[in-house]
Amino acid sequence: MTEFVATTPGVFALPDWAKDRLGSLKGHQKEDLIDGEETGEIADAYDEARAEVADWQATAGLDRVVEGQLRWDDMLAHPLCVHDAVETRGIVRYYDNNNFYREPAVTGELTFDGDLADDLDHLAALDGVAASRQAVVPGPYSLSDLATDEFYGDQEEFLDAIAEFLTGEIRAFPDCETLFVLEPSLVTSPPEDGLDERASDAIDQVAGATDADVVCHTYWGALEEKVHAHLLDADIDAVGYDFVTNHEENLYNIKEYGTKDHIALGLADGQNTKVEDGETIAERIEWVTESVPAGGFETIYATTNTELFYLPVNKTKEQLAALAEGVALAGADGDEEVNA
Amino acid sequence: MMREQFRPDDHPNEQFILSTVVGSYPKPKWLDRVRERYEESEGFDEANWAEATDDASRLITHEHERAGLDVVVDGEMRRNEMVEYFAERIEGYEFNGPVKVWGHNYFDKPSVVEDVVYDDSWLVEEFEFTDDVAARPVKVPITGPYTLASWCFNESYDDDRALALDLADLVNEEIGKLVEAGARYIQIDEPALATTPDDHAIVGDCLDRIVAGLPEDVRIGLHVCYGDYSRIYPEILDFPIDEFDVELANGDYEQLDVFKEPEFDLDLALGVTDVHVAEVESVEAIEANIEKGLEIVPPERLTVSPDCGVKLLPREVAYGKMANMVEATRNVERKLDDGEIDARALREGATASADD
Repeated sequence: MTEFVATTPGVFALPDWAKDRLGSLKGHQKEDLIDGEETGEIADAYDEARAEVADWQATAGLDRVVEGQLRWDDMLAHPLCVHDAVETRGIVRYYDNNNFYREPAVTGELTFDGDLADDLDHLAALDGVAASRQAVVPGPYSLSDLATDEFYGDQEEFLDAIAEFLTGEIRAFPDCETLFVLEPSLVTSPPEDGLDERASDAIDQVAGATDADVVCHTYWGALEEKVHAHLLDADIDAVGYDFVTNHEENLYNIKEYGTKDHIALGLADGQNTKVEDGETIAERIEWVTESVPAGGFETIYATTNTELFYLPVNKTKEQLAALAEGVALAGADGDEEVNA
Repeated sequence: MMREQFRPDDHPNEQFILSTVVGSYPKPKWLDRVRERYEESEGFDEANWAEATDDASRLITHEHERAGLDVVVDGEMRRNEMVEYFAERIEGYEFNGPVKVWGHNYFDKPSVVEDVVYDDSWLVEEFEFTDDVAARPVKVPITGPYTLASWCFNESYDDDRALALDLADLVNEEIGKLVEAGARYIQIDEPALATTPDDHAIVGDCLDRIVAGLPEDVRIGLHVCYGDYSRIYPEILDFPIDEFDVELANGDYEQLDVFKEPEFDLDLALGVTDVHVAEVESVEAIEANIEKGLEIVPPERLTVSPDCGVKLLPREVAYGKMANMVEATRNVERKLDDGEIDARALREGATASADD
């Protein structure tokens, strides 16, 4: 019987009060952004915001609660931007969005940092989220794609170093149910021949650092066939597919190459204030399960296709509620079919 | 002739390189304080706000004139943000709250929830006021339909193209009113084209609609910034515009060669000071930047401006950049008049190196 799980890829927007307060406390320029050393009022504001965003998720009825990645001023580039062996350079465009991040230039060895684990420890300290904790990390390929290497000298070595770094960070995590590894760059700037296999190896290595169920989530389109085939070689529990941006090619990939026993479906648009209702989400889940010949997934993670920081707060909450409702409806339908 | 209408009567040189700005300018601190009180209804009403924006508009227009610019703008004192301002005036948009652009910089990204409809005019009052207080010609920057479509949440239209084309009709209607009010220099701002350069055909289709029915003597510029221009050149040469305005100082003119082959046959408005550097470049440095423009077009087809809007700079730095830019422009014109700079040789040298 399929387990339906309502979740998100994380990277939430700050609550509006925290946008104002942290903007005032930290400043608005490039040099004012997070460096991993924040204390006092700034750290307190993040703690308060983290608890609030966890509450949004719990209140909506999500099955997994993320820390929110509220400190990720540089979005997926964050773990490098706060690292001591990394210099942050100019403001560069974040994928094809009207968002910008500080380009991290790696100038030394990427040793253990612990920044991500600290945030998760704060989540773990909150009441009522023990059974539903989900960690989120940028995938090694995407992180290498967003950064500049001035130390390792070779693309493959750089990728391996980032995988090694992420592995160390994940080993320090408190217990989590699920780990989402976000890999949009696998879609938007696919690795070429040779590197695609290395990217899959890197993801495999990262996944091996935890006992949690690992979802490698891809978005902004569909993976190239070969990249998809290589990704399935990694020892991960599920691949995440963006059915909002490109349902046809993603379905084709799944039909043609199969997928893991568990699957994550990006079914709700993380970049649009148009929020589908729960019934539509449930219909989309049903559409995918009926379209895939093998069907019968052990777990279906229903999620937004992208991170959530693109949305205003009111629509974020609506989106979470719709996902939870959609999953509840899909689960109820599934039960009926089993009983029939 | 169309460009000559902007040459000042007392212009000191035979050559005329048009100097202007892209649009936005740092707001006086007191205007920000008035806005806060007005928005939070702390004793400032509509009339107080109108008076404050008039004062700021007059102040910055005159500041532009004092810097010596040939064509001025009021620094967009009435506008809060380049998409929000227009979305507030177009039926079909709604606002849900701030979203992140980068770091702790947010904007109230609007959602299009139904077909967009033209209601009251957007910029006619701003133009009429500025034109009234200015001794120099006034340019009107207006956010383009592709950017208005791209930088919102599209809940209603099938795709961004359909929304952008509808918005282009509204922009055309607004420009018609501006022209009726006397505007002769309109700049369409399309920074979103840099985000998704593959959509240049949509921008071209929008521009066809924007210029439909406009008189010949209205100058239409297109401003794009911080993009990879090899992805939209030479396609932009087919756009129905008079002038293409581009930032290149920030990238130290690394992309200049993109515009050399095939021949650039529009007027070029070139960024000659970097708006992301809070230091005023020397007159000599700006002169060298202006000469970069002469590698692409002859002086009579060159406009110079800062790379982009200067609103994030300290005001004295913004002013210093403009004043030095104008001084550099007049120096380059004089050197052209005196034969110290050979514009043809600069262009031909450029062609030769592009051919190498």
